[in-house]
Amino acid sequence: MTGLEAVLLTIITAATPLLLAAIGELVTERSGVLNLGVEGMMIIGAVSGFGAAYTFGSAAAGVAAAIVMGVGVALLFAYFTQTLITNQVATGLALTLFGLGLSGLIGENFTGLPLPDPAKLQRLHIPLLTDIPFIGPVVFGQDALVYASVAITVLVAWTLARTRVGLVIRATGGNHHSAHALGYRVIAVRYACIAFGGACAGLAGGYLSLVYTPQWIENMTAGRGWIALALVVFSTWAPRRVAVGAYLFGTVWIMGLYAQGAGIGIPPQLLSSLPYLATIAALVLISGNRLLTKKNTPACLGLPFVPDR
Amino acid sequence: MKLQFEQRPQPSRVMTVVSPLIAVLLMVIVGAILFAARGIDPWRGLYVYFIEPVASLWSIEELIVKATPLVLIGVGLAVCFRANVWNIGAEGQLTMGAIVGAAIPILAHQWQSPLVLPLMMLLGMAGGIAWASIPALLRNHFGVNEILTSLMLVYVAQLLLDWLVRGPWRDPEGYNFPESIDMTGWAQLPTLGYSRVHLGGAFAVLAVLVLFLFMARTLKGFEIEVSGAAPRASGFGGFSRPRTVWFCLALSGGLAGLAGISEIAGPVGQLQPVISPGYGFTAIIVAFLGRLHPIGVLFAGIVLAISYLGGEGAQISLGLSDKTAQVFQGTLLFFILASDTLTRYRIRVQRDAAGASEVAR
Repeated sequence: MTGLEAVLLTIITAATPLLLAAIGELVTERSGVLNLGVEGMMIIGAVSGFGAAYTFGSAAAGVAAAIVMGVGVALLFAYFTQTLITNQVATGLALTLFGLGLSGLIGENFTGLPLPDPAKLQRLHIPLLTDIPFIGPVVFGQDALVYASVAITVLVAWTLARTRVGLVIRATGGNHHSAHALGYRVIAVRYACIAFGGACAGLAGGYLSLVYTPQWIENMTAGRGWIALALVVFSTWAPRRVAVGAYLFGTVWIMGLYAQGAGIGIPPQLLSSLPYLATIAALVLISGNRLLTKKNTPACLGLPFVPDR
Repeated sequence: MKLQFEQRPQPSRVMTVVSPLIAVLLMVIVGAILFAARGIDPWRGLYVYFIEPVASLWSIEELIVKATPLVLIGVGLAVCFRANVWNIGAEGQLTMGAIVGAAIPILAHQWQSPLVLPLMMLLGMAGGIAWASIPALLRNHFGVNEILTSLMLVYVAQLLLDWLVRGPWRDPEGYNFPESIDMTGWAQLPTLGYSRVHLGGAFAVLAVLVLFLFMARTLKGFEIEVSGAAPRASGFGGFSRPRTVWFCLALSGGLAGLAGISEIAGPVGQLQPVISPGYGFTAIIVAFLGRLHPIGVLFAGIVLAISYLGGEGAQISLGLSDKTAQVFQGTLLFFILASDTLTRYRIRVQRDAAGASEVAR
């Protein structure tokens, strides 16, 4: 395995959780809901994914638990913002604070434990194909969730752009009163989109604790949920650009780690802060282009919807 | 039969006061269930968690120490949130306040003068204001959402602090521990007698009173109120939105910075890699529990301080995790938001569709 190959592989591993969380949030936001609880849903996914994988000794159980718990806490958010019509920004923050606390409580017994071998997600190995130098391991040698993240992105892009379901989601986010007048059930559509976002965020968290650092570490999401939120803005709500952004940020994240390893005289703290600084820079860059930002921004993003009757 | 929400023409006065109490009550009930689930007698659990923190003189002192940063930050955030400006990076502004304010005693520790402390406080505020001005500037000039930028800057500030205490600002006689030198002499906040209660508590009460009068009596306070509640009207009124955004972020950042340097010159006593148990984030809950009202924030700060102190007590005498406090706080915010719905909406029980009433819109 060459050096560049190893770098590429780690970049993919770092980008996958960002891509998963961001594509889920993109669907949620396209339906007009701003869920700032991505960080909270991710960390819950991470702890329950690790917990289930460790307890049952199975990676599949971990993945399933991460998704189910992600959906669970997302539905909590949906109930508050859609049924009780609470402020979406505040409720998202509540979800993040609650998730970080609860994950610490659940994860106490799992801290520092190694994941047993059958509970680790295996990388694909196709004889011959995976053995092709360079391209093989990168294209044919990933774990199932990497392929899943790409597949989900393609599916979301196609659904939003080409199908009736996508049209309904976009209508709900663009003008909920019109969507309601046309007979679409705005609240139900939003519940579904929030749940989808939760599933993706949970899966993203699970990826962190099952693959990225196969361990449970408190606060291990380290702001990735927030970066995913920024990615959605950066992508101007277009799935294709979310993928580009996720891989770009994965690269920034990994470059910092490699630079630390190389022992260049830069303080490691500065390198660790690169992803956060890059996020701010990216937001500034994209916001400068008003036309691009306005094009896809859901007009009803973050607004409460109360049906007339 | 169906439950329906009907918007009230005006927020209910009664519910404005009652809803935070409902939220706290619900949190206590959830707490009792949580204790029971862990095999702890709920009454004993609740006693340790919510009564012991206010049952002795020592714990009341400790309560004031913990409430001080919460109230200082929370009252600034309350003004911010009223204007619909979402500063969620107070934790970072607190950290920057601590760093900038502590620069004098660390870099010029031979200089002993009564001027040290006031300068530290001013620099602490300046640090917080500067850090909060970044999201304000980006929002006003580039239209970047302040939620994400203010939060990203929390991580950056914490990493900067980490670098300082492990590198250039490490105490040379500190046996290689990642700590700065101790704040001594004039760099210490005066305390009340021999207790840990320090002057920061007075800052907090003062901030509450000043901001109460500011919001209730001044034009600028009214401007902030309108800017958040009715942005279009505020524009027609000739109020400048960018100025409000900057003002609110700078105000809350400055108070967070003051809270930060007060922690360093007070109970913490030196710079360390971690200087706050998430006061900047908990203050968000304080602001909401206080109904975004300065006086309310004062009481809310005490409630949240109890949750911190109760958490510590429960860890020692019940063997519960220190994460319990964070779960309680998150749960409380959910309940606050839910009961808040009652002040803005009336709940109607509807038997059938024909009974639908006209909704005031």
